[in-house]
Amino acid sequence: MAYLDHAATTPMLPEAVQAMTAQLALAGNASSLHAAGRRARRTVEEARESLAASLGARPSEVVFTAGGTEADNLAVKGLFWARRAADPARTRVLASPVEHHAVLDAVDWLATHEGANVEYLPVDACGRVHPQALREAIARNPADVALATVMWANNEIGTVMAVRELAEAAAEFDVPLHSDAVQAYGQLDVGFAASGLAAMTVTAHKVGGPYGVGALLLGRQYAPVPLLHGGGQERHVRSGTLDVPAIAAFAVAGTLAAERRPDFAREVGALRDELIAGVRAAVPEAVLGGDPDPAGRLPANAHFSFPGCEGDSLLLLLDAQGIECSTGSACTAGVAQPSHVVLATGTDPELARGTLRFSLGHTSTRDDVAAVVEAIGPVVERARSAGLS
Amino acid sequence: MTDFPGAPDPQAPRKGLRVLAAMSGGVDSAVAAARAVEAGHDVTGVHLALSANPQSFRTGARGCCTIEDSRDARRAADVIGIPFYCWDLAERFREDVVEDFVAEYEAGRTPNPCLRCNEKIKFAALLDKALALGFDAVCTGHYATVVVNEDGTRELHRASDMAKDQSYVLGVLDDRQLAHAMFPLGDTLTTKDEIRAEAERRGLAVAKKPDSHDICFIADGDTQGFLAKRLGKAEGDIVDESGTKIGTHEGAYGFTIGQRKGLRIGHPAPDGKPRYVLDISPVNNTVTVGPAASLDVSALTAIKPRWCGAAPQGPGTYTAQLRAHGGETEVTAELVGDELRVTFTEPVRGVAPGQAIVLYDDTRVVGSATIAATERVRAQSA
Repeated sequence: MAYLDHAATTPMLPEAVQAMTAQLALAGNASSLHAAGRRARRTVEEARESLAASLGARPSEVVFTAGGTEADNLAVKGLFWARRAADPARTRVLASPVEHHAVLDAVDWLATHEGANVEYLPVDACGRVHPQALREAIARNPADVALATVMWANNEIGTVMAVRELAEAAAEFDVPLHSDAVQAYGQLDVGFAASGLAAMTVTAHKVGGPYGVGALLLGRQYAPVPLLHGGGQERHVRSGTLDVPAIAAFAVAGTLAAERRPDFAREVGALRDELIAGVRAAVPEAVLGGDPDPAGRLPANAHFSFPGCEGDSLLLLLDAQGIECSTGSACTAGVAQPSHVVLATGTDPELARGTLRFSLGHTSTRDDVAAVVEAIGPVVERARSAGLS
Repeated sequence: MTDFPGAPDPQAPRKGLRVLAAMSGGVDSAVAAARAVEAGHDVTGVHLALSANPQSFRTGARGCCTIEDSRDARRAADVIGIPFYCWDLAERFREDVVEDFVAEYEAGRTPNPCLRCNEKIKFAALLDKALALGFDAVCTGHYATVVVNEDGTRELHRASDMAKDQSYVLGVLDDRQLAHAMFPLGDTLTTKDEIRAEAERRGLAVAKKPDSHDICFIADGDTQGFLAKRLGKAEGDIVDESGTKIGTHEGAYGFTIGQRKGLRIGHPAPDGKPRYVLDISPVNNTVTVGPAASLDVSALTAIKPRWCGAAPQGPGTYTAQLRAHGGETEVTAELVGDELRVTFTEPVRGVAPGQAIVLYDDTRVVGSATIAATERVRAQSA
């Protein structure tokens, strides 16, 4: 088996499994005042502190959520509601068109149900938003912008955005910028304070932590309107009993990911370069998606379009040979749709049907890459003969 | 049809093949896929997305066109332990099945969309793609039997259990299609309850799912409403055999030869006997009704014949089936040019153009054709 779908999820680190299972055996609500509660709270707060340290943030800026989707929704909807409440003129939302659905659909929902005026920022052929484009979009009427949201790195094609420059552009107009850093986390230096962002989404299961836990890094001056009302946990922004075992494991994984990041990025980047070169040699007509400059893409991401092939056919044939990857795009009723990301980069819709995303991770080996390189030529040939249905 | 060098040697044992199992989300196709695995094949499940805008949940008893059905199929595939994919064949289905269905009704005929789907989608579009991807066969949950002769040729036979036999809707398959078809449910004498029990035993949650029936792409089961939406209302006359107007209708396409219910003719027939649709004339938008005896047909011609094996030479005696779930009747049939001419030994009632006639030699499917015209025992005056 060659698992090349780490961007979907990556195996938990043994240390994180250990931390989680140890906590699962203990009782205690982190909001309780008694000894069990104090123990749970201490675990949570230590986790918050170590995550904050590894993410270049203050502990109070870490708001635990049930994962990336919730953190994205909280940032986008919560900041929109709060900013509009403070000034009803603020109804404009600026977003990149290559966002993950957790942001894209939240933004669409605001347009449909909350009267938001959504404006998609232009992207280049790599899928990158240029800071000047954001600056110009805000400058058209700085007073009516509720927030802007641009992901740190794209989940499909791996393009890395110039987040610090984007945040600077937004800061010129005092517009809060949110960034979904789910994919960048563990691969790039996503220091929160240095980024200048108002809010940033991370999730545990992409860095070797458990599913179902994530965080919104949230500047202290921001008080988004909550999605969930209840016990007032997490700065009253995110109510709900804290998931102590998951949070403890998240902190262990997050800390290790930060420590290992420079080595990991270098090693996985070398594997990625090998993969890209090998696929291109086997299938010369394959089109590399995203930034051709290795420095401009996530070190673990390789994305291709194969002319004349259905992505699903490629998946089926690779799966039959024990190679697990993804088309990178979302499904509707289980049917693969051409990716909005690939289309946003100006790719021909027919070519966009034949995409594959290979994403590497902490368990990846040269054998995994060799398996793909060996299989891909005949697989593409066969998928092409099956055509586009 | 694309054929790969890797296609199976007809004489090779039917084992260890790469099989694509079409899984509707129902119990039959799930058990069929499980049996194919058990028989030693390398099976991959596929659900066909046939609607461009699938509904989230089932309404009524239809069972293959919703997201819920696709999930049921995926769940079954997971339990069986096979890979599962969803293939979007909505465009092909719309062109080859839905549009054909509407056009046939519009022309005053009565189509069978399930048969068309087997011919054009499951054993054409799907099979072609499967073969191109390196599969050897397509497996479905149909009740029919494939017999492999010593010389490697294949025959399609009725299911062992005549009550569940679906060979009629597979009668359109030619021998190339048949060579790559697998029906694991066809050769067992099992009641539906036993299939359900087998599904239960295999841990398949679809064991208790209701049977699908009617037409999958008409979600509410209202064929008339579906056609009215597509073809518009067109008021016309209902006349008796003498041509006297006795009522009106809202579109001649809404009727089927032999139909008795829903005619909405106010006053009774002079003889007090029920009246049936005898003729549908889309050209002047007229529906002719009359007594049951006028429905008796002595002969018919059918077009677009398809043969499971070589086309028969000269006249022959066969049993024929004229509609899904219909009985058998003895006929003499002969291929004249591209037309199949069929004479009934005893007159039969209610033969609708557009339906298929499937010819059998005992249990073996000989071939099929689409009924184009019928010859009535009593000449009609209309």
